[in-house]
Amino acid sequence: MHDIAAQASNFIDLTTTTAVYLFIVGFVGGLVSGFIGSGGAFVLTPAMMSLGVPGLVAVASNMCHKFPKALIGAIKRYRYGQVDIKLGIVMGISGEAGVLYGASIQEKIKQAFGDAGSNLYVSVAFVVVLGVVGSIILKDVLNSRKNHTTNDEEKVTALARWVQSIHIPGTMVYFKSLNARISVLFTIPLGFATGILAATIAVGGFVGVPSMMYVLGAPGLMASATELVIAFVMGVGGSLKYALHGLVDIRLAMLILGGSLFGIQLGAIGTTYVKPYMIKVVMATIMMIVLFSRALMVPVYLSQLGLISKLGDGLINALKSTSFAIMILALLIGAFIILKAIFKGLIAERRLTIQLAVKQQQTVTGGQ
Amino acid sequence: MAGNIDKFKKRHFGKAIVLGIVSLVLYTILFTEQHVLNEVFAKGGYYALLPIATAFLFSFVHGNFTGNFWDIIGISAKKEKR
Repeated sequence: MHDIAAQASNFIDLTTTTAVYLFIVGFVGGLVSGFIGSGGAFVLTPAMMSLGVPGLVAVASNMCHKFPKALIGAIKRYRYGQVDIKLGIVMGISGEAGVLYGASIQEKIKQAFGDAGSNLYVSVAFVVVLGVVGSIILKDVLNSRKNHTTNDEEKVTALARWVQSIHIPGTMVYFKSLNARISVLFTIPLGFATGILAATIAVGGFVGVPSMMYVLGAPGLMASATELVIAFVMGVGGSLKYALHGLVDIRLAMLILGGSLFGIQLGAIGTTYVKPYMIKVVMATIMMIVLFSRALMVPVYLSQLGLISKLGDGLINALKSTSFAIMILALLIGAFIILKAIFKGLIAERRLTIQLAVKQQQTVTGGQ
Repeated sequence: MAGNIDKFKKRHFGKAIVLGIVSLVLYTILFTEQHVLNEVFAKGGYYALLPIATAFLFSFVHGNFTGNFWDIIGISAKKEKR
């Protein structure tokens, strides 16, 4: 953070267009986060940087909008009975340690290899993590479709059954989302990995939610809701760390928050109308598209590091713009799936309400 | 039944108006005083608590406003799952 002072004094001038842009991106990001527990934030840092916001200020301001958003989302979903507070806090605390460790790795890579090395590390992390975890979720989604089990209750995986069967004295804790006692020696590394990923690609939930589902055995709805608690715990600590260096641009953070609080409420409402299967569909879709977006940038950074032959400026700019556009597309497709699910759910519920009212009326008329 | 729905909507409408006004005032202050706020918030150290406190304040006011907003326009959670 050697250039902190320079970055902090370099807060951008805000125009109405910029403000509206950030509000809308915040809304879409919030909608996705409210639904799958995370996943909306990865586009915000590049979105702010595209406006000329310095990298560290963009990361800090993104983090400062994330924790209050996660708090509101967690409260909303707690009211729907979807949150496991204990699991969220336990994983959130180990996640905080992961954030600090992940940030120190980032700083070391930046010192050793410069901006291009740091960017390459982030892009490769995106590609590897999203490739592995995204494939697991996608396979699960495709299997559910193939076996026509999309409406069925979720089954606990063999791995999660094994984790739940291990008894390590002095470390066992009961978690309501799992309806089982498991050793915190399993939750700590998962939370830690979530934190490292949050510090690296800004979306810890891409590891947090799948690990709660497939490794611990939490239902999809509870895993995505509990991720909001983890994001809150990690976000408060992370924001404070950046704020201590004066890096938070409160105007940017609150503008994004303004839109994202509309989105997160809507996304949370959406979870009450869908089967858990839909959480996996949205997550897998976003992950696979973002993977493609980040993979496009790998040759750019390899070229900047001199590991492959130099690419022309025109090609670099084209790859950068395409990558950013695909990232926004991923978020918009996710938002579209969620809005469609909410719309269908609302119509079905209204039809049911009308049918019930007619039946009630008929019963009353018949009784007279 | 209809009376209950009316009461529910009126309560949410009233809350949304009050919280919406407070939220608007907070955002107005944020932008009219942006130069002062930026200078103070960027000092770091103990001043780091200011952005954190601001985020909590906005999330409480604006978060409650947005919740009531969706309720009054008829978009609320599925009843059976509540």
